[in-house]
This record gives sequence, structure tokens and C-alpha cells, in this order.
Amino acid sequence: MLKSFRVRLIVILAALGIAIGYYVTEGLKLGLDLQGGMHLVLEIDDPDGTLTPEAKASAIERAERIIRTRVDEFGVEEPLIQRSGSDRIIVELAGLDDESRAKEIINQQAFLEWKLVLPNTDVDQALERLDRAVVVALGAETLREMGRDTEAGEAGASSIEQLLFNTPSDSVQADDSAAASDPDAATDPPTATPEDEATAEDESGDGEGEVNFRPFSGLLNTGEVGTYLVDAEDIDDAAAFMALPEFQRALPRGVSLQWGWDSIPRAGRFYRELYVLEEDAFLTGDQLDDATANRDQQFNQPQVLFELNRRGGRDFQRLTSANIGNRIAIVLDGEVVSAPVVRDRIGARGTIDLGSADMSEATDLALVLRAGALPAPLSIMEERTVGPSLGADSIEQGQLAGIVGVIAVLVIMMVYYRMAGILAVAALAIYLMLVLGGLSALNATLTLPGIAGLILSIGMAVDANVLIFERIREELERRRAPRTAVDEGFGNALSAIVDANITTLITGLILFQFGTGPVRGFAVTLCIGIVASFFSALYVTRTLFLIYLTRKRGSDPISI
Amino acid sequence: MWLFHDAKYGFINMRRKAYVVSASVLAAGMVAMVVNFATIGNWQNYGVDFTGGVLVQVAFDPPTDDTELREALGGTQAPTITSFGGEGDYVIRAAVEEGVSIDVVAAGLSEQIAASYGEDRFEVVRTESVGAKIGEELQGRAALAIIFSLFLTLLYIAIRFEFRFGVASVIATTHDILIVLGLLALFRVEISLPTVAALLTIVGYSLNDTIVVFDRIRENLNARGGRREDPYKLVNRSINETLPRTVLTSGTTLGVLLSLLVLGGAVIRDFTMVLILGVLIGTYSSIFIASPALLEIQKRYGTGDVREKQKAKARRAATV
Repeated sequence: MLKSFRVRLIVILAALGIAIGYYVTEGLKLGLDLQGGMHLVLEIDDPDGTLTPEAKASAIERAERIIRTRVDEFGVEEPLIQRSGSDRIIVELAGLDDESRAKEIINQQAFLEWKLVLPNTDVDQALERLDRAVVVALGAETLREMGRDTEAGEAGASSIEQLLFNTPSDSVQADDSAAASDPDAATDPPTATPEDEATAEDESGDGEGEVNFRPFSGLLNTGEVGTYLVDAEDIDDAAAFMALPEFQRALPRGVSLQWGWDSIPRAGRFYRELYVLEEDAFLTGDQLDDATANRDQQFNQPQVLFELNRRGGRDFQRLTSANIGNRIAIVLDGEVVSAPVVRDRIGARGTIDLGSADMSEATDLALVLRAGALPAPLSIMEERTVGPSLGADSIEQGQLAGIVGVIAVLVIMMVYYRMAGILAVAALAIYLMLVLGGLSALNATLTLPGIAGLILSIGMAVDANVLIFERIREELERRRAPRTAVDEGFGNALSAIVDANITTLITGLILFQFGTGPVRGFAVTLCIGIVASFFSALYVTRTLFLIYLTRKRGSDPISI
Repeated sequence: MWLFHDAKYGFINMRRKAYVVSASVLAAGMVAMVVNFATIGNWQNYGVDFTGGVLVQVAFDPPTDDTELREALGGTQAPTITSFGGEGDYVIRAAVEEGVSIDVVAAGLSEQIAASYGEDRFEVVRTESVGAKIGEELQGRAALAIIFSLFLTLLYIAIRFEFRFGVASVIATTHDILIVLGLLALFRVEISLPTVAALLTIVGYSLNDTIVVFDRIRENLNARGGRREDPYKLVNRSINETLPRTVLTSGTTLGVLLSLLVLGGAVIRDFTMVLILGVLIGTYSSIFIASPALLEIQKRYGTGDVREKQKAKARRAATV
């Protein structure tokens, strides 16, 4: 009999040793709700549903890799980045100082393009048509409600000047003059084709009485070469007009209008630049070899130095040498970051000036450019952040509640079952160690609901002991010998313990399958708790009971 | 100490009273859901996890008051503001309009607060922004999880016990979930992901309790003479025999949960509250709903026992 104890004790000690070993070496990973951090769910932007499932899958795979590179370079310890479903990525970052910065780094598409800045005349000659397109698309009534029913005669002074100076009555002639005065534009002259002319005339015929509205051109003020200035208050409306498909169709072929990213103060008001660009980029960020942040020596302003690969360098050289004196816009995710005038032929190296931006912005931009662009824009579907102080509070409160709760249970058990209660308490202590070890071994994260699950599972682990003890008492009542009563008690309680635990386990597993984040944490603790309580009640308590039975004097009754 | 030992309460005789109690609580819950639907547009007070939206928890030092904060966030146009836990802690819940990026809304709220209070007066300690699409998916998943776990336990119990035991336990568990849902609607407790976890735990706990009683019924049935005993008496005896265990286990679990409720902090208060409700109702239902349901099934459809069917057939043949 002593020999079988030894085996039992060795099994228990081994289990305990392994559990403690895992707990000490792996440690318990705390969930974001406990240590503070950010949980993001990103989804591929596909509002029109044009992406095929295969395209989505490959885009999400590349996006995951690029986000991983970016996060690694940003320097977050143990980030969790995983795909979820066919079009989502989950990112979990713990212990962040600056969440919005991390978010920017993860979510920025970082699609970089170099585009030629075209002269204003390319758009000026189409302004009338653009205005008409807006009027046709939205209707005069909507524009009146928006307060955009300015008629030709009432436009702002600067734009009037601009229009008088630049807009010729005949657009074909304008093309000629633009081409003549600007030899570089000749490489891709935005000529108005006969169809364009025809549609323009059609529309002017239809929209009699509305044509003198100037909803769009009324918002434009003269800017530097190749740009317009739009008052900060008008930006939303202008952007809304530009988003109209009718507007896009009315733009001269090969020309696009894109916003600058900085606001520009002029005479106490703020403006943003609207650039006239060649639609097709001649160089994109995938030709980039390296990017580093720096300060320019002259103005001490942040800039990003970039280095192109061989092919990109060659293209760049060819283009800059053909465009000396012109401006080249550096466009990041659809916004013009800077548009320097080309002074000299540029090879594989160049700079992106960031103007008034912070140095950290330059560092971050260099980082995302190095990691590469996301294959498609991602939108944030879910975002949860917990400050570190709240997490610390939660741990403290959870611990306190846990300790008080456990002590309450122990006291009840010891008062109610006396010696047997003490044995149960010892088994519960082992149970707790096993759960902590199990959580560490499975690399599970302990969340706040997880702590609750843990505390609850203690309550349920007690249940197994209670079931057994009640059965032993019943057997003793039938005047069974102590040893027989104990054996019978364990035997009779077995079916109830097994069935009850398995059904709870089923619930736990389903919870794990369907749940996310904190709910999953709860499910894991619950499941591990159930398995550990099986072992602790049926094996540990029993072993302790057997030892107790051999130790006590034969004539003494069982203390239960 | 042996509380409730050798108890001989007439639980089964009280079953009709229990039906009335359950039915009225259920009815109250249903009414509350309808009222909720009419007033807040949803059966339950769904949190941002399910409706989509933004939740921002801010801690003010020194504290501010409701009115001032509401003023800062746009007066009558302000989103819902509730005091949360400690002094100076507030939770702001805002809806997100379609087409607006969720992180913009959260950032906008803290900017608005900063504009009135200054950057140093407050700290954003928690934000939860959930897109409407994700919220809808979660609703579906939660319901699916509960239905799925009910189905699997029905299957398990049908195999380990008898089919009627499985049906009775699912009836009892469904009863528990509906009652808790009704009470949640009545008190407008916010339904969040942890609340759903708590609901599922109730499923587990309630089954646990029911199974212990059923285990005793099974044992007594299979003992010598068990099948000949009056089923009402047998079930009642089984409930009484397990009563000490029921009381002790529920008591210790409640003790732990109470300590969580009082000391565990504001973040898990709702969660703990739902669990406490669940333990009370689960204990009640294993005695007053699950066991009577077993008897009602037997009264209407028999025990499903082959021998009994043959005996009944023989009896009918004899009387004819």
C-alpha cells in the first residue's frame, strides 16, 4: 500500500513540477486589457466589391507581411499579427506610448508616386465644363442649399482675375498656346478631342440657365505654378465635387487634380493646394531601395532621403533631365507631399521635403517606405485601446478579489468538512498551480474575464470535492468502514463529476471557437480549469485521503 | 456540520407555484424587451460590441461633473455620458455614422474634451471602437454559440442518460437564458462581449447543477426497485439527497462571485452581476424546472423505456 502512495505522490509532484516549471520559464502573458495596449482589426477596402477572392487573399497576405515588417521596425515587443478570415488582419500591440502613431504606421498605405506637375492652363480651359458637370450631377437646388450657387459675375476677386487671365474663349486655341509656351507639356498634351467638344456643347444646350453657376471654379484661388489654392472652409465641398463621376469624366484626359497635404497660411486664412498633375505616375515607390529620415542642413527641416533601385534610378534620371525647370510632385497615398522644381538631373538618390512636419513624421515615413506599400488601402473595423494605468488597476482589483474569494472558500471548506476540508484545500492549492502552469504552457493570455473565469473555476473545482465528501458522509452514515466509505464515496461521485465537467467543457470549447479576444481568454481559463479540477479532485484529493487514512489511528472516526 | 441533511422538502409539489413564478418573471422580461424596442430601438441595451460605435473612458483629475462634460461635448447634441466606477471616471458612448471612419470619431471626442478642459486635466484610459459590420457579425456568432452548445449538450446527455434527460436539461437551460436575458433587458444592463461570455458560463453552470441532480435520479432509478417507485417521489427524494451539495456549491461559488463584485473593479461589474444572477437562477431551475420537466415529459411521452412500452401494451391487451 505504501508503494502505491509513492507512485501517486510522484505523479502529483511531477505534474506540479512541470506546471511550476512552465509558469516560471514561460510566465503568464497578460492580455491587453491588463497590461494596456491596442487591438486593431483591419479590413481590405473594397467598397465597390470589385476585388476577386483570390486578389483579396493575396493582397491580405502581402499586407500582413508588410505590417509585420513595419511593426518589427517600429520596435514593439511581442506583437501579434494574424490574418482573420479572407480579408482581415488582427494586430495586437502591448505597452505602447503613442497609439495614434503606431496606428498610422500600421494603417498607412504608403503608396508613393512621382508625377509631373502640369501648367494650370490644362485645367483652366476645362473649368467651365467642370462647373457644368457639377451642376448637372447635383442640380441647382442642392447647390443653392450648399450655398454654392455663386454665379459667374459674383466670384471672388482673385479667381476672377485668374479666370480672365487664363481662360480663353476657345479651348482648342488654349491647347495650342499651352503647348507652345510649355514645351514639356507637349510630351503629353491634354488636347480636347472632338468628342469632348461635342459633349460640352450638348450639355450647354441642355442646361440653359444653369451654366452660369460656378460651383467648382468659384472655390479656386491662384496658387503657385501648377496649383490652385482652396480655402480651408471650402475643402470639403471641393472634394465632394471632385469625387463625382461626372466631374472625373469632364477632366481633360491624362490630367488629375490632387490635394497637397499641408495647409498654407495666407493673410490670416488657411488654404490647401490643389495640384494639376499628369495622371500617370512615371515612377512609384516599389522602385525604392532604401529610405532614411534626416534634417536638411539649410532650414533644419525634416526630410526623407530615398535611394532608388537601378531601374528606378535610370527612369528618374531620364525624366529629370527632360524636365529641368519644371516641378515634380511626390505623391503619397493620393496627397502631394512636396513638389520641388527640378534644378538638375537627378539619379538614384533624392529627398522628400516634409516642410513643417515633426521629425517623428519623417522617421515614420522613412520606415513605412522601407517596408513597402500596402497592396490596397485598409480600413479599421475595430479598435480597442486600454491605458496602462487602467490595466494595472484591473490586475490589482482582480488579485484582491481572487485572494478574498479563495480565502472565503477555504474557510467554508475547513469549517464544514474539518480534516477533509483541509485536504481539499491542499488539493485546491495544487489545482491553482496546475491551472497557472497550464495557461503558461499553452501560451494563453490572461485577460480580465480570464481572471473571472479562473475564480469561477475555483468555485467549480470545489464542487467536485463537495460531491465526493457528501458521498463519503452518506456511506459513513450507512455504517461502512472508513476505507470502504472513502472508496465508495469517490466511486459514486465519479459519474456526476465526469458528466458535469464534460458538459461545461463543451460550453468552454464552443466559447473558444466562436469567441474573440477577451472571451477567448475566458474560455481557455475555463477549459484548463476543468481539466485541472478533474485531476485535482479525483487524483490529488484521493491520494491525500489515502495518506490520511493510513496515518490516523484505526479507531478514530474520519474527520469529515 | 451537515446542512440540509436528510431534508424532506416537497419540491415537486411546489412545481406549479414555480411555473407561475418563472412565467411571470419571463413575462416581465418580455415586456421589458418590447418597451426597450419601443424606446431605444433595440430589444436589449446592446453595447458598442454589437451595434458598432465608439466607447471612450476618460479619467479626470481633478474630477469634473456630468453637466460640464456634457457641455464640452456639445450640450444637447452630446453623446451618452455615464459615470463609471471611481470619481472622475466617465464613459462616453457615441454612434458612428455610416461612411465615417471609427477611429476618427474616437479621436474627435478626445479633441473636444481637450478643447474645453486642456490636455493635462484628463486621460483617455480605454477606447473601444467597433465598426457596424463587425457588430452585426458578433451578434450572429453569439446566438450561434449558445444554440450550438445547447445542441451538443443535448446530444451528450441523451447518450449518457436518456433522451428525456437531455430534453429536460435543455428546457431548464433555455429557461435560465431567457430569464437572464429578460432581467438584463429589464435593468438595461449593457450587452457586451463579456456579458455574452457570462451568459455562456451560465449555460455551463446551470447544466452542471442539473446534471448532479439528474445523476442522482439516474442512480436511484437504476437501484433495486427504482423503476417501480413512484417517479414523483423518486425525483423529489433525489433532489433532497443532493440538496446539501447544491447549497454548499452554490454558496461557495456565490461567495467567490460576491468578492469579485465588491472588489473586482468597475470593468467586470456587469459581468459578475450576470454570473451571480445565473448561479441563483441555475440552482433554482435545476430543482424547480429541470426535474419537473423530466416528470412532465414522462407523463406525456413515457420514459422511452422499451420494457415499459411492452408492459403497457400487455396491460392494454389484457383490459380489452
